Amino acid sequence: MLSKSQARLFFLIATVGFSGVFLWLTIDSVRQVAARSNAENLTEEVVRGKEIWEHNNCMGCHTLLGEGAYYAPELTKVVERRGKEWMRVFLKDPQAMYPGRRKMVQYNFTDEEIEDVISFFEWIGEIDTNGFPREPDMAPAQVTTVAAASGPKPPAMFSTICAACHSYAGSGGNVGPALDGVGDRYDRPTLRKWLADPAGVKPGTAMPNLNLTDAQLDELTDFLMASSATSGR
Amino acid sequence: MGQLKYESWKVAWAFFATCMLLLVLQILYGFIMGFAHMGFDGLHEWIPFNAARATHTNLLVVWLLAGFMGSAYYIIPDETQNELWSLKLAWVQWASLVVVGVVAVIGFHLNWWEGRKFLEIPRPLDYLVVVNVLAFLLNIGMTILKGKRYTTTALTLMAGLLAAALLYLPGMITFDSQVIDSYFRWWVVHLWVEGVWELIMGAILSYLLIKLSGVDREVIEKWLYIIVGLTFLSGILGTGHHYYWIGTPEYWLMVGGIFSALEPLAFLGMALYTVAMARRGGRRHENKTALNWSVGCGIMSFVGAGFLGFAHTLPQVNIWTHGTLVTAMHGHLAFWGAYAMLIFAMIAYALPEMTGRTFYAHWANEWAFWVSNIGMIAMTGAFAVAGITQVYLERRVGMDFLDVQDAVQIHFFGLVLAAALFTIGIFMFIWVFAKYGHPLKMVVTAPGGSEPEPMPAAAASAAG
Repeated sequence: MLSKSQARLFFLIATVGFSGVFLWLTIDSVRQVAARSNAENLTEEVVRGKEIWEHNNCMGCHTLLGEGAYYAPELTKVVERRGKEWMRVFLKDPQAMYPGRRKMVQYNFTDEEIEDVISFFEWIGEIDTNGFPREPDMAPAQVTTVAAASGPKPPAMFSTICAACHSYAGSGGNVGPALDGVGDRYDRPTLRKWLADPAGVKPGTAMPNLNLTDAQLDELTDFLMASSATSGR
Repeated sequence: MGQLKYESWKVAWAFFATCMLLLVLQILYGFIMGFAHMGFDGLHEWIPFNAARATHTNLLVVWLLAGFMGSAYYIIPDETQNELWSLKLAWVQWASLVVVGVVAVIGFHLNWWEGRKFLEIPRPLDYLVVVNVLAFLLNIGMTILKGKRYTTTALTLMAGLLAAALLYLPGMITFDSQVIDSYFRWWVVHLWVEGVWELIMGAILSYLLIKLSGVDREVIEKWLYIIVGLTFLSGILGTGHHYYWIGTPEYWLMVGGIFSALEPLAFLGMALYTVAMARRGGRRHENKTALNWSVGCGIMSFVGAGFLGFAHTLPQVNIWTHGTLVTAMHGHLAFWGAYAMLIFAMIAYALPEMTGRTFYAHWANEWAFWVSNIGMIAMTGAFAVAGITQVYLERRVGMDFLDVQDAVQIHFFGLVLAAALFTIGIFMFIWVFAKYGHPLKMVVTAPGGSEPEPMPAAAASAAG
């Protein structure tokens, strides 16, 4: 049977030996990470973004690279998933986008801070993560309706922002009403006014004021009016 | 009767009492988060989720560290058979730990922190923690030197505490790259809980088994070496399971997968070791409650840390479960089984020894063991159902995050119910702690010293 001194020897060899291997792998990892994470793109904006991320303990609710808390969404691929435009609008007033749902703290970021945070996420999104997060493999096949095929293509704004709550041509959120044929129900000035200041038109509405610019308002109104004309209703 | 063997044990008691207080606060913040997950986030303006979360996890770390320190202040004088090197330093160290802890928790509510999971304590306080731990190690180290009685248990405990202090340092280096930052953050977090803390755990369990089972010290300490050897054999390279998806090289999938799959072996060893030694015992100690908590610790650490850790540690599984509530499922039972129950075992053993009370198995303490364990297992079940649902709906089917969170809200209702049961168990333990142990005013080795409070006859007879 094993003696106490043999047991001690086993402990020492296991500890020292595997610590050595671990240190060696660490040196190699640090060297390889530079290439895998595009260290040359670590600009000042990215570093400032990381500081904002840490300063506000964003990891206390979100996960990044799968690390953090499980109260708010995974953000590794957030730029790819949402687009920068959506993020700019969202970060200005996080609670406006999802009225009545889980709250994010309103940090009152400046425009510059928002750009820094987006740069940080952009850099994160480019890291070679060995395939994390994997694309859903059991997702139902996307059904493309005839209306969408023949109707006007939604502007990027619409697919990234409006579609978070509204559906159009069978895809999008279900928080607000479907927007197919919305141009038949309202005239152009009303729609534009509604988009510019929802609460001004209908006090107490859950529709957020997204502080859209005039150009954005025109683009969205054009699309909504046009989509109704071709949908044939 | 009513004698205190070492003046140093008063410091140990102060640390244990601090543990109980911080644990209550930790549970309170757990409830805040549980309710927020159910949609009741009325405290959002004052205690947003990230503040509650940082408070919950950091209180855990601080009270476990306080528990380790209290255990060391109890065990080391007993093992080396002399008082601490400096009692005054020990008291200062206790007070400063409490101050740093309180300041950190208040800071979290004022957006003063470092948003790095588990290491949220802001940098200036980090330096204070280092000074604090150095003072602690100096005191323990000098006591061992002064006693000139070098037992394996004492040395293993010292080695574990020293390594834990050294490993805190990589967490204080600033990196511009999130990947490297995360890499070295795990040096602290992983190598603590799945490395040197297990060394501390092994040493404390050995001490308890030597005292409680009556098995020969040589036998117990031999197995201690085997188990901590297994811990490091698997745990050091097992760090790789944190390096699958953060931008580190692909070989970590293989290295982390294989070695973290071996990690349950160390915990299985710990479980078999406690059960075998407890069964084998010759002159058995009467404190069955402490033996319950010790054996329970061995078994639950295997279930929570070993088995549930293995359940999602392989890369094929982890690619789906990484960053979901599945991690919370494993985390709760692992920390409870391996470390919280260890401190409870230590307190259940040490308190009667300190206060000289002659009965051991208080009914409330026996019930505390079962009620808190059943509560924690039920909590783990609730997290498991929520986590697995999240993995399928969000990760595999591709449903929106918030829609999935709505779908699992009901499981958080179950979680809160289970947590209520757990809390009842904890309060029973604390009730016994508060009612039957006040060694602070006791006099060391005074013949016929004052009994702090005589046991009521009813309680004594209920205890059998």
